[in-house]
Amino acid sequence: MSDDLHETASQTAGPYVHIGCMPNACGITGVFAEDLGAQMLQAETPGQRIAIEGVIFDGDGAPLTDAVVEIWQADEQGRYTTRSAAFSGWGRAAADAETGRWRFETIKPGAVPCPDGTVMVPHITVWIIARGINIGLHTRMYFPEDYDMQAHDPVLARVQPTGRLHTLIAEPGPDATYNFNIYLQGPKETVFFDV
Amino acid sequence: MPRDWTRQPAARAPAYRSSSMRSPEHARISMPATPTENIGPVFTRDSLGPLDHDLIVNHARPGQTAMGARLIVHGRLLDQTGRGVPGALIEVWQANASGRYRHKRDGYLAPLDPDFGGCGRVITDQNGAYMFRTIMPAPYPWPNGGNDWRPAHIHFSVFGQCFAQRLVTQMYFEGDPLIARCPIVNAVPDQDAIARLIAQPDMEATVPMDARAYRFDIVLRGRRASYFENRPEGI
Ligand SMILES: [Fe+3]
Repeated sequence: MSDDLHETASQTAGPYVHIGCMPNACGITGVFAEDLGAQMLQAETPGQRIAIEGVIFDGDGAPLTDAVVEIWQADEQGRYTTRSAAFSGWGRAAADAETGRWRFETIKPGAVPCPDGTVMVPHITVWIIARGINIGLHTRMYFPEDYDMQAHDPVLARVQPTGRLHTLIAEPGPDATYNFNIYLQGPKETVFFDV
Repeated sequence: MPRDWTRQPAARAPAYRSSSMRSPEHARISMPATPTENIGPVFTRDSLGPLDHDLIVNHARPGQTAMGARLIVHGRLLDQTGRGVPGALIEVWQANASGRYRHKRDGYLAPLDPDFGGCGRVITDQNGAYMFRTIMPAPYPWPNGGNDWRPAHIHFSVFGQCFAQRLVTQMYFEGDPLIARCPIVNAVPDQDAIARLIAQPDMEATVPMDARAYRFDIVLRGRRASYFENRPEGI
């Protein structure tokens, strides 16, 4: 172990992260044909269509209008099908420059079996980078309708005391849209994980 | 492998003012590595264009090239065991040779270069090696302490073979006197970790009469061996 290399230190993505990660979304067109992760669904993607949207708020309650959000999830059967043309499980969105709202159109993931025999409740990993964030923040979004199963989830069981668990549960909205606001500080601070 | 937080920047670095309101106050909650973290998105070369790694020409008008000192930036993407990470997506972005970003929020007086977009991407080869062609970015001023100037840098976004390896960082250039003065650099609490963010000139890789070269190796977290050796393709 002592011969192991050290992980490279993280640095903030800064205020211009869109130039590198979503150039088309910030007006740099003609370099990359498309922004990676901008579209998660294909016509043939199996599963229940949902949308996820939210705003990231700083400690002053101001929306982060310069963030990039990535999500990573299993398919409808709870499998990570990374090479599938129908659904890669990964998406990337820019916060709106005025409102800070980001949005993904995706499918609801299935429950994910773990090698140790436990099963994780349907969840979506959410990873955020922005100016002022020195190292990307990992959280998970869970679904309100899976409430009964969540008591047995091996990751949710780590959230002790349980008073902050609700920060990981999206709120249902109209048209299969889930709202998942993220709070970086304050009484509503979202749970972030050391993955 | 668990992350070594002694070599990573604290969420809150008071001298970097933007971090004050954007740093969680609760400790991160540790969790077991699950399939969600042990697998990650896969990118293939067909999703990239032939000039994506060449910032000198990928936004240039026909027959033109970006203004500035021509550079090759290359290195290897490794995991903590020293193995190259093949097939990984690396994205970069940077200011132009005047220190200006092509972004509507960048108000620096220095001029835009019509032939420079500032973005590039590449996928590592079977040994984990990567290479970009670009121009030397300039330092630029930023609103932080009143008179702060970023050292010249290139931003990197790196995917590995699993989502737990996801990394965003910045590469600096050897000899830049602004590195030691930068609150973003100094958010990293370990001097050796900072030193490894500084690319070194690589005369071997220089193209005579064309481009200087800098070498920047990047290390991603290791993974538990059982997953590494026998990578599941959807459990
Ligand atoms: Fe920058």
